Amino acid sequence: MKKITKSVYLKWYEDMLFWRKFEDKLAAVYIQQKVRGFLHLYNGQEAVLAGTLHAIDPKKDRLITAYRNHVQPIGMGVDPKRVMAELYGKGTGTSQGLGGSMHIFSKEHNFYGGHGIVGGQIPLGAGLAFADKYFKRDSVTLCYMGDGAVRQGSLHETFNLAMLWNLPVVFICENNGYAMGTSVARTAKEQEIWKLGLGYDMPSGPVDGMSPVKVAEAVSEAVERARSGGGPTFLEMKTYRYRGHSMSDAQHYRTKDEVEEYKKIDPITQVKEVILDKKYASEDDIKVIDQRVKDLVKECEQFAEESPWPGDNVMYDTVYEQTDYPFLSHKL
Amino acid sequence: MRTIQFREAVCEAMSEEMRRDDTVYLMGEEVAEYNGAYKASKGMLDEFGPDRVLDTPISELGFAGIAVGSAMIGNRPIVEFMTFNFSLVAIDQIINNAAKMRQMSGGQFNVPIVFRGPTASAGQLAATHSQAFESWYANCPGLKVVVPSNPYDAKGLLKAAIRDDDPVIFMESEQMYGDKGEVPEDEYMIPLGVADIKREGTDVTIVSFGKIIKEALKAAEELEKDGVSCEIIDLRTVRPMDHDAIFNSVKKTNRLVILEEAWPFGSVASEITYQVQENVFDFLDAPIQRITTADTPAPYSPVLLEKWLPNADDVVKAVKKVLYK
Repeated sequence: MKKITKSVYLKWYEDMLFWRKFEDKLAAVYIQQKVRGFLHLYNGQEAVLAGTLHAIDPKKDRLITAYRNHVQPIGMGVDPKRVMAELYGKGTGTSQGLGGSMHIFSKEHNFYGGHGIVGGQIPLGAGLAFADKYFKRDSVTLCYMGDGAVRQGSLHETFNLAMLWNLPVVFICENNGYAMGTSVARTAKEQEIWKLGLGYDMPSGPVDGMSPVKVAEAVSEAVERARSGGGPTFLEMKTYRYRGHSMSDAQHYRTKDEVEEYKKIDPITQVKEVILDKKYASEDDIKVIDQRVKDLVKECEQFAEESPWPGDNVMYDTVYEQTDYPFLSHKL
Repeated sequence: MRTIQFREAVCEAMSEEMRRDDTVYLMGEEVAEYNGAYKASKGMLDEFGPDRVLDTPISELGFAGIAVGSAMIGNRPIVEFMTFNFSLVAIDQIINNAAKMRQMSGGQFNVPIVFRGPTASAGQLAATHSQAFESWYANCPGLKVVVPSNPYDAKGLLKAAIRDDDPVIFMESEQMYGDKGEVPEDEYMIPLGVADIKREGTDVTIVSFGKIIKEALKAAEELEKDGVSCEIIDLRTVRPMDHDAIFNSVKKTNRLVILEEAWPFGSVASEITYQVQENVFDFLDAPIQRITTADTPAPYSPVLLEKWLPNADDVVKAVKKVLYK
């Protein structure tokens, strides 16, 4: 694994804070009805992404996830202004306003979505790895899912095939405790999700998903295994989301105390404490970072606000690669 | 010209395309060591090896999704379903991922993939193994749906489907794999979306596709004895549909019968009926007739199955009805 240096900690702090504030801004503009549809926010889970990004090579490795997917593409290098614009439904968005909150993609930055059907992305992730193996490329796919998705058949079929074909893929369950309003305990007799991999003889294990260091260590090992021909790994990141499943979630299934307990091990706070303890930066330096984050979020909002709506043709032009596809006319 | 079986035409199309393009592979249940459940991939494992002709476990959802993922970054997979009845457990991957990927990514990811296998009834297989989902798949923007009716079309259309940059549903029939037909040795392709006039006529237009079109051809022979001249259009591609071929024929004959081996509700026949009444209403001299299966799951008993399926007699009756005979 690459060493976790001062600059890594500082990057983690700034990245995770930006992701947190980016999501907070989305919540705010959602309430103002500028962003519509469903909105699933990542607050609390940032260490999973930060640790992963330290462990991979974003130039060749690939990320795919479900619908809690606004900040992963930003981590992979996508301009956050374009992600914000996508949520506004603007033509400058990552999918030209056709995808919305749940469907962010970036071919240029190896981010393969952004998928709205629980568990539907799991075979796709293995498929990316299949192609890399087929073409003898040196890439590894990181395939994310929530704790709800592991109850889908797609996970089990994919685990079996990924092991059978020895694909270079790392499956990562972000167990934030709740599949919408249903706790893990109410979805299966066995609550240690990582053990699902054992039935397929897949190297599997639990990880402290609130610590970017622990995540980076576990993902590094798994990526190295995949890249050297050792096949898939299944990691269960034990993490937590502070906000509801989506914006319409009243969260009656958990207590405020529970949320507060997790905030005590908040990944951003953890990283900030290390930075101050080890004197990687002063309180004043931190304030400069905080201001930079605030300004960038503002810039994203302004870009999204000022961007034009997509043209009518875009919803037709993007369906088929065939340019003269004869759609049925629908209006008189 | 030489004569080969439908299954050989399918095999030749896949093999030729795999020879010319290394990104193409074939995946499915029993496609490799068993040479295909219906021997449509006979010899392909030997020629292309296990990295390009892959046997899968019975995991349609899993392998369909893996194929779609691989198509996002450079492969052009051919996924065989042993029958399209089994595609239902993979339909999330087909509808939500293969068909939608390009649009919901704002045009970033096209999915060049072919899902192929037999459709519709194949003897007394009863309710779960006799279904035709052409209209289901054709309903979904993002997909193309091809249903050949003979070896020549199967080869030319399948080659075009494999080279197509969009997802294609390619539907065959267990009962056609043994059909023989003339297929040239030289390479050829048939473009998707172009219908074929199987028989020219002047009194009535019969539109059909897939294996059931044989019943229309039989009926036309019968009707000719009575002096009725039928024009038979083989759609070949259900989506995109060759509307002009249908409209031009209706303008000539002024009468339309549609024959489809599927349930009537929301069928391909229903869609054609809408398009014809909207576009060439004034040319119609009689209400359009459609012939489909019965509006029930397929029965097992041979007596009931015969009644459930459309046949040449049904076509003759429908033609006489639109001719007021």
